[in-house]
Amino acid sequence: MSIFHPKGNWYRPPTGSERLWVGLALAWCLVMSITMPWWHFQGKQNAPQTTYEVEPEAFIQRVHQFVETNQVGEMNNVPIVEPEPGGDAYLLGQMWRWYPVLKLKKDQTYRIHVSSADLQHGLSIIPINMNIHVLPGYDYVMEITPTTSGEFSLICNEFCGIGHHLMTGKIIVEE
Amino acid sequence: MSTDTVKAAAYRVCETTGLSIFLKAQFFVKINAVLAVIFLLVGGIAALLLALTRWSNVMLLNDIWYYRMVTLHGVNMLVFWIIFFEMAILYFASTTLLNTKMFSKKLAHTSLALMFVGAVVTNYIILKGQADVMLTSYPPLEAHPLFYLGIILFAVGALIVAFNFFATLYIAKKNKTYEGSMPLVTFGAATAAIIAVVALLHGAAALVPTFLWSMGWMEMMDPGAYRLLWWGLGHHSQQINVAAMVSVWYFVATMSTGAKPLNETVCRGAFILYILFINLAAAHHLLVDPGLSSEWKIWNTSYAMYLAVLASMIHGYTVPASMEVAMRRKGYNKGIFGWFAKLPWKDPGFSAVALSAIIFGFIGGITGVTLGTEQINIMAHNTLRIPGHFHATVVGGTTLAFMGLAYYLVPLIFQKDFYMKKLARIQPWLFGGGIVIMSLGMSFAGTYGVPRRTYDSDFGGAVLETGFDPVAHIFLGVLGIGGVIAFIGLLLFLVLIVAAVFFGPSLKGQKMPTWQTDKEQKMTDELISKGYEEEGKDYHVKTPGTIVLVLIFLLSFAIYYFANWAALADLWHIR
Amino acid sequence: MEEEKIHPIQKFMDNIWLLLALGLAIPILSYTLWGLIELLTIEQGTLP
Repeated sequence: MSIFHPKGNWYRPPTGSERLWVGLALAWCLVMSITMPWWHFQGKQNAPQTTYEVEPEAFIQRVHQFVETNQVGEMNNVPIVEPEPGGDAYLLGQMWRWYPVLKLKKDQTYRIHVSSADLQHGLSIIPINMNIHVLPGYDYVMEITPTTSGEFSLICNEFCGIGHHLMTGKIIVEE
Repeated sequence: MSTDTVKAAAYRVCETTGLSIFLKAQFFVKINAVLAVIFLLVGGIAALLLALTRWSNVMLLNDIWYYRMVTLHGVNMLVFWIIFFEMAILYFASTTLLNTKMFSKKLAHTSLALMFVGAVVTNYIILKGQADVMLTSYPPLEAHPLFYLGIILFAVGALIVAFNFFATLYIAKKNKTYEGSMPLVTFGAATAAIIAVVALLHGAAALVPTFLWSMGWMEMMDPGAYRLLWWGLGHHSQQINVAAMVSVWYFVATMSTGAKPLNETVCRGAFILYILFINLAAAHHLLVDPGLSSEWKIWNTSYAMYLAVLASMIHGYTVPASMEVAMRRKGYNKGIFGWFAKLPWKDPGFSAVALSAIIFGFIGGITGVTLGTEQINIMAHNTLRIPGHFHATVVGGTTLAFMGLAYYLVPLIFQKDFYMKKLARIQPWLFGGGIVIMSLGMSFAGTYGVPRRTYDSDFGGAVLETGFDPVAHIFLGVLGIGGVIAFIGLLLFLVLIVAAVFFGPSLKGQKMPTWQTDKEQKMTDELISKGYEEEGKDYHVKTPGTIVLVLIFLLSFAIYYFANWAALADLWHIR
Repeated sequence: MEEEKIHPIQKFMDNIWLLLALGLAIPILSYTLWGLIELLTIEQGTLP
């Protein structure tokens, strides 16, 4: 009984249906144990692997420099910036917007450095639904290749104060 | 000549189980259960208001009060309600089930005071509007020092209760108050207590320096390090909930059907896998965080090759299987599922536990393991898929199981009977059903990318416009409706419990009234008394029904798991 | 009266103090300390 204390030698390895189920469940666990490492090497979608330590001020400066050298337009007073394919781009999360708007080319790879000027933020690209966490003091580098074209929204999904639900951005992907 | 004997402690003998209930420990079981339910109500009111705000057609609260209520709801549900109730379980499992008084009355009173004051202080400062930081209080977000202090006091109190629990285990063994090994339910409670120690130590590590920072006495902690330490509190405490919930499953299975564990080794082995590995998966909150390597992420989020998930799957078999065996021994042998239909569904304690196992397994467990893989998390982090998952585990799983336990606690410990028993019978279905609907609404909205902890899902008024598919909004409506149904189920539970505890007819000197027929109860009682004598003996009864159920579970798991990997492959490439 | 010999695995499972020690050590090493070391040894960025 689960409420009574078993006396003597109760040790007994599983038998019968119990043993069958433990075996099946263990096999499933081993299958799951293999999928993450397998996808790490073979799959095309993995959590970004590269992080650097940065001072928020230094990151902000670098973002402004990026905007100055690569700006190609603007949207509602937010600069649209086009980085070199294969090159570095910068995206800043701040209370309360993602800055700047990025213009990328489909099937090209970019190293997008993401950091925060202030609080923690959550970078969320919709509607494709890709999400990473953004911290001040950390430069998180996404090696990203857009495989679909169009206009994509950025929202923030980590609470960052009263303007959290106003924090948006954009990524434009051209053919 | 001094008699060096154990001072005799006042106790009463339970008319239903024959176990000794030590009166001082009983007081602490009662007071912790009552306090738990009070904070459940506070958190529940917040829940209703939140559900009616995320339901975008209603949007009941304004933005300030929405964020305030998310904080209030999170803290009261994940910390105060659930840990107070677990303290009640610890007091019960260490004293009554081991036939001993508790180690220290003084420590019990001290810890109760700390926990109560802590919970009140934190609630106060949140309602005052000086802690709109969410339960997680991630720096650089900063709350008033009382927010952190309240939680720290609560955590210290809980740590003292855990110490008292282990000390009680020690003196029970030393004074030989029981023969052999501790009962399985106590072993499960000990599992929960071990995990609680790990959780509370992490809480101190995260919150003490943050409290000092809020007072201006220390530099802010690195935000990445804070997240690592805080989730050592945040997720490990959910694992306390899992261990406690499973212990409750075993307890109620025995009490309601006369079931006995098929194999103590297998059940305890599964609890041990929890002790060793379940805490590793707090890593699943940090899968798309900067600074941590894929090796760290993959090893830890897998609970060490899913050994702790294996443990859950084992309990998912042994609990229903033990009941199938009990039912078949009573003669319910018709076909594969005849026993299943004849289970005591009229016993709200039983139905709550049965629903808890189904909801926790099928919805909570499957989504949790899947969303907690490093790569799939890219599609899920901070979306509503996450609350969709954890409301199935913590609420549909643990809270519902605790409600089931309450249906036994009230007659056995408070010695009071229920009014409106017809309503009691449907309460677990109402609450469980509402939570399932709400969780599905959240999960589907989340697959569209709808974020969690966000006031206006459409980001109305933002400089760069955005919005979600209208279908996502339909699911937010489903969320709202599920939340309302669940709240009604919660309110019904509170009314039933309060009416019984404070105004119910006394059961002193009587056995607990049965929810089943007298004939059925007699068979259950026979099994319980036989079980004690039959400890250690084998009987080979087959469990085809449970095997079919767990195979359906495994199939569902595989389908959901691989469907998510397939969806992942459609995303942009990222590394 | 014969002393029943308890199986060594049962002895391990009954040893709540050893389980407490392991239950503390394993997550603290694998999750907490390993994680903290990684966070504390991140390279300085050059922001190319």
